[in-house]
Amino acid sequence: MSDHAALVASLQQEVPGATVEAAPTVDLQTTIYASRDDVPAVARALRDRPELRYSLLAELTAVDYHPREPRFELVYLLVSLEHRHRLRLKVRLPGNDARVQTVTAVWPAANWLEREVWDLFGIVFDGHPDPRRLLMPEDWDGFPLRKDYPVQIKMTPRASEPLQVTEQEFKANLERDRLTRS
Amino acid sequence: MPEIRTETMTVNMGPQHPSTHGVLRIVLELDGETVVSASPTIGYLHTGIEKTTEQKKWQQVIPLVERMDYLSAQSNSMAFCLSVEQLLGIDVPERVRNIRILIAELQRINSHLVWLGTHGMEVGAISVMLYCFRERELLLNINEMLAGFRMFPSYMRIGGLREDLPRGFHDAVRAFLDRLPGKLDEYEDLLSQNEIYLKRTQGVGVISKEDAVAYGLVGPIARAAGVDYDVRRYFPYLGYDTYEFSVPVQTRGDVYARYQVRLAEMRESLKICRQALDRISPTGPFAIDDPRITPPPKDRVYTEMEALIQHFLIYSQGFTVPAGEAYVPVEGPRGEHGFSVVSDGTNRPWRIKSRAPSLLACQALERMIVGGLIADVIAVIGSIDVVMGDVDR
Amino acid sequence: MGLEADFEIPVLTTTVEKMVQWARRSSIWPVTFGLACCAIEMMAMSCSRYDIARFGAEVFRGSPRQSDLMIVAGRLSRKMAPALRRIYDQMPEPKWVISMGACASIGGVFDNYALVQGVDQIVPVDVYVPGCPPRPESLIYGIVQLQRKISQQKLS
Repeated sequence: MSDHAALVASLQQEVPGATVEAAPTVDLQTTIYASRDDVPAVARALRDRPELRYSLLAELTAVDYHPREPRFELVYLLVSLEHRHRLRLKVRLPGNDARVQTVTAVWPAANWLEREVWDLFGIVFDGHPDPRRLLMPEDWDGFPLRKDYPVQIKMTPRASEPLQVTEQEFKANLERDRLTRS
Repeated sequence: MPEIRTETMTVNMGPQHPSTHGVLRIVLELDGETVVSASPTIGYLHTGIEKTTEQKKWQQVIPLVERMDYLSAQSNSMAFCLSVEQLLGIDVPERVRNIRILIAELQRINSHLVWLGTHGMEVGAISVMLYCFRERELLLNINEMLAGFRMFPSYMRIGGLREDLPRGFHDAVRAFLDRLPGKLDEYEDLLSQNEIYLKRTQGVGVISKEDAVAYGLVGPIARAAGVDYDVRRYFPYLGYDTYEFSVPVQTRGDVYARYQVRLAEMRESLKICRQALDRISPTGPFAIDDPRITPPPKDRVYTEMEALIQHFLIYSQGFTVPAGEAYVPVEGPRGEHGFSVVSDGTNRPWRIKSRAPSLLACQALERMIVGGLIADVIAVIGSIDVVMGDVDR
Repeated sequence: MGLEADFEIPVLTTTVEKMVQWARRSSIWPVTFGLACCAIEMMAMSCSRYDIARFGAEVFRGSPRQSDLMIVAGRLSRKMAPALRRIYDQMPEPKWVISMGACASIGGVFDNYALVQGVDQIVPVDVYVPGCPPRPESLIYGIVQLQRKISQQKLS
């Protein structure tokens, strides 16, 4: 599908009512914009339709265009191994309500990639099976790759981790694990 | 008699471990010796490189980007230069393209030698590590000849290379290319028919072809499972379609298949290196002739006013890149990688995202080790060749 | 120390302190704490070209409880800092720390939110080896300097 019009027509056929717009590009990826509500259906169409077959999810990332609105742009890079073609799917998200449906059911590779986007940008993926931070420590505050987060921060590094069980639990575990001889 | 306990045991393969190739933490649940569940935790090497590059000028990003995947450093910087050159809309001279291909293939051999050495050591063949690192020293000598630095030469620049090839480069590379095939035969003698190695690696860590594509795996892991995706063939760049080489593919998808694929890839890289070396003349153009991007030679800087101004402008404020977004995929030692570069028209990048093949390999690790023995976990981690600098960036 | 040459059995006399210092500095066994790119140069140092075994660091122990030296090789992120401290605490006395590379010494090229700007904020460091990554010869020089430092350490 090296033709924008054919790609958009194929998607409209599969997902009627989807707003898909073509965008100019300087590299070998055809670029289209989709709206946030159509993302799961469009993703499934891109993977399953025989003339599209974008079965490999190469990249899932976000760009923060603060202070422009809509603030975030989610970028999916897809590869079709059968047709030897690449696609860039972009979704615009507003800054105050940055949520989108997860595509983990379509491409299992998206699991950790979406966790990373949540960790670094704060974009929420509804329906994600494991929404935890990936790269930063679990109790970190803030989303580092946003444009209003500073590059250098002054914070003393934490050199010890708090115990994960309470004292009563610890003693109860010791008692339970003590071997009893009859 | 103490009663026999039957619940599962939780073992933490912590971030500091001799065999995890860096700082990877896996919490394993074991039933005897069988792995029931595994949950990898990453992020122990997160360096915030992507945020740091937003403050640097375009040419200053190259050393930072080399330190992401530190075993395929020049492949990284080449991918970054390709993406930015795509945005700038410039084409480097053909001699530069051939030199870049030569350096990229030498880097692939370098990375595979480190993989073979560490993987062999973990499986038990410790002498393989000493042999591989001995060959690698010759490659590091070549790097040092190019730019004075062993691991991160920063030789690739946007618009071409840093400077022309040194005298003696052709002889040194040719000596290395003549020496390596015999050494590869030696390594195969040690491992390929070794019964202990076969028992430890065949049927271990299997991933199927459909799973490989679904989990986004590329590179030797996918090619060992039957997916013949190689960026040099599917989306050729730098003129790879004029070179003769084949892409090794296996079907079993286990650790042994990955070993075979990587060894065969080293031999194919030698072929490409020989062809590239024949096409490169000892002296010639090493960068594009654009005054905004390439600094003038130093003798002109010291004598001519225009050259001095050009040098000053390039090194103080740098060049600007037109606004837009570009991603050029490149076949690195671990598979497809590249840099998604977003520019807003100024002399600093707006966003740089590195497509990390090791991140998706770590994700698929869980799939490969569940159901196997705990001793196989080490062999599998070695075979997927993760570099934590690439995973955590 | 003095060599008593007029007996049949050659005998060396020395002090207990010198013996202990000699033993300690000639067999420093590091614990594997390679974090990033510097770890590759550390591995190259232990291989056949720059052989560290001839200086006494024969084996890299996997367990901190059996080692004397911790070479922090690579960039230390904030998430990893508690693990570093825990490994250091598990090492028995006498123990030393070499901070290898620019990132471990001072934060290196990466002055940002994610890295600890120098491991001496977490563990006490004896020798700093600069470089990005330092050549294996630099690291060997660092270990030799540490051996000189040990040969001057008093026992009490």
